[in-house]
Amino acid sequence: MKRTRFVFSGSGGQGVITAAIILAEAAVIYEGMNATQTQSYGAAARGGATKSDVIISDQPIYYPEVNQANILVCLTQEAYINYSSIIRPGGLVLTDSKFVITTKKVDAKQIEVPMYDSVMEKIKKPIVFNICMLGALLGITEFVKPTSVMEVIKSNVPKDFIEMNQNAFELGMELGAQYNH
Amino acid sequence: MTDNIKTDENVIKTNNIKFVQGNEACVEGALYAGINFFAGYPITPSTEIAELLSKRLPEKGGKFIQMEDEIASMCAIIGASLTGHKVMTATSGPGFSLKQEALGYACMAEIPCVVVDVQRGGPSTGNPTHVSQGDIYQARWGTHGDHAIIALTASNHQDVFEITVDAFNLAETYRTPVILLFDEVIGHMREKLVIPEQGKLPIVDRLRTSVKKGVDYHPYLPREDGRLPMSDFGGEHRYNVTGLFHDMWGFPSNNPKVVRELLHHLIDKIDNNAHAITRYKEHYLEGAEYVLISYGSSARSAIHLAKNRRERGEKVGVLELQSIWPFPEALVREKCANAKAVIVVEMNMGQVMKEVKACVDNPSKVFLANRIDNKLITPTNIKTLLRMIQGRGV
Repeated sequence: MKRTRFVFSGSGGQGVITAAIILAEAAVIYEGMNATQTQSYGAAARGGATKSDVIISDQPIYYPEVNQANILVCLTQEAYINYSSIIRPGGLVLTDSKFVITTKKVDAKQIEVPMYDSVMEKIKKPIVFNICMLGALLGITEFVKPTSVMEVIKSNVPKDFIEMNQNAFELGMELGAQYNH
Repeated sequence: MTDNIKTDENVIKTNNIKFVQGNEACVEGALYAGINFFAGYPITPSTEIAELLSKRLPEKGGKFIQMEDEIASMCAIIGASLTGHKVMTATSGPGFSLKQEALGYACMAEIPCVVVDVQRGGPSTGNPTHVSQGDIYQARWGTHGDHAIIALTASNHQDVFEITVDAFNLAETYRTPVILLFDEVIGHMREKLVIPEQGKLPIVDRLRTSVKKGVDYHPYLPREDGRLPMSDFGGEHRYNVTGLFHDMWGFPSNNPKVVRELLHHLIDKIDNNAHAITRYKEHYLEGAEYVLISYGSSARSAIHLAKNRRERGEKVGVLELQSIWPFPEALVREKCANAKAVIVVEMNMGQVMKEVKACVDNPSKVFLANRIDNKLITPTNIKTLLRMIQGRGV
């Protein structure tokens, strides 16, 4: 896979940073790729704006931050307003239809997916919103193999919660598949 | 940066490949080197080092102590080292300031220990969660009095691992504190780490005296090769350890000859071995007209730019320093000799630049590409300066 730059943005507690780490870890440990993950550090554990950058490449990665993203995920309106301008031409902006109204005109494909509402309807636990988002992203384009991501989830999530995460991931995959990029 | 590992479709996870923060790479390196005692007072952005060792050390029978502050942490590792343990503490700028007095004691009493400083913005409490490389001179001259010190750094997690192993080895070899100068970006960023098999990297263990129990042991009487064998304090031999100038028994002395010879010994044992301590990497340096000198996270931006420029046919290369103190003067002089210009890339007001200027033939061709606003310097920041030097406008 050639160098792909992701930015995950949202609000503290939504799990955007966890999702970013899971994606990058899957690429490194199960697919032999290189990846870096950085994040904004601050008092954002509950409520503040959070952002995480991921670069995945089969080549060495030096500068680890993302100034122009191929893939941008925004889970709040604030994140969308702040970061929609960093998307590369031809890139992909993934937003949640409950939290974001895509008001900007960007030279990229904007996809609104009802991830949060689907999670609340089918699984009824907002905690797996981020895993559903990761599923949707891979449903749209298979950046890494879904099995690799599930392996990482299994090794990081308590045993009793694996099934719930798997369901959320598969739900996301189904939602994303409708928008194959 | 390790080479990309090619894998087939049915790749199976191997336990020695990890996706970790730089702080965890440091912990893995310390464990590989044989650490069995850590005392610390957690501080951002070094906290994960203490957090992880609080779990990992007891699992292997080692000791982790969270002390009441950074001063006590430094003193605790000195004491533990004397009793025969491989020791480390970790902190950031403000905590590193507090450790300086005891660090000087470790220099004077010649106690092997590793002190990690994951640099953040300063002075004072500065900027806990953001990057800086402002502690270069604190590592060199933070403690008072004439002394020599070893300070190492790294720009990626494989190198963080290996340089941490190196730090323990150099501490034992030269009986000295060794500083690991990482920074917030390196500490917090996650990337791949492949943990080498045990035995792949050399490990230097404590050189212990062969003097039998009940026979006089001189703790500060060098062997013919200059090294000082140690005896685990509280064990078979009784001896004195002091921060005062001391004789070969370790007892205080103000005899001018003793004082002069000890100070020479403390400095010479490191300065005379600067060539053996020097660690560096070259990136695209062959035939480079423009030499970028960098270290730590800023080196990543420098390498990124050099790769990019080389692809366009411009002769730009990077000398990445992995040892900062003793400053690798001969290396820098040699690698910069044919450069049209030298650009030092760092995130401070030119601390390493001053050292580079002091050792190259033509200091007027040395420039500074820096960033001091909490943000990691970007390849574009460096390119802007490079183009100005090249006379090509920005």
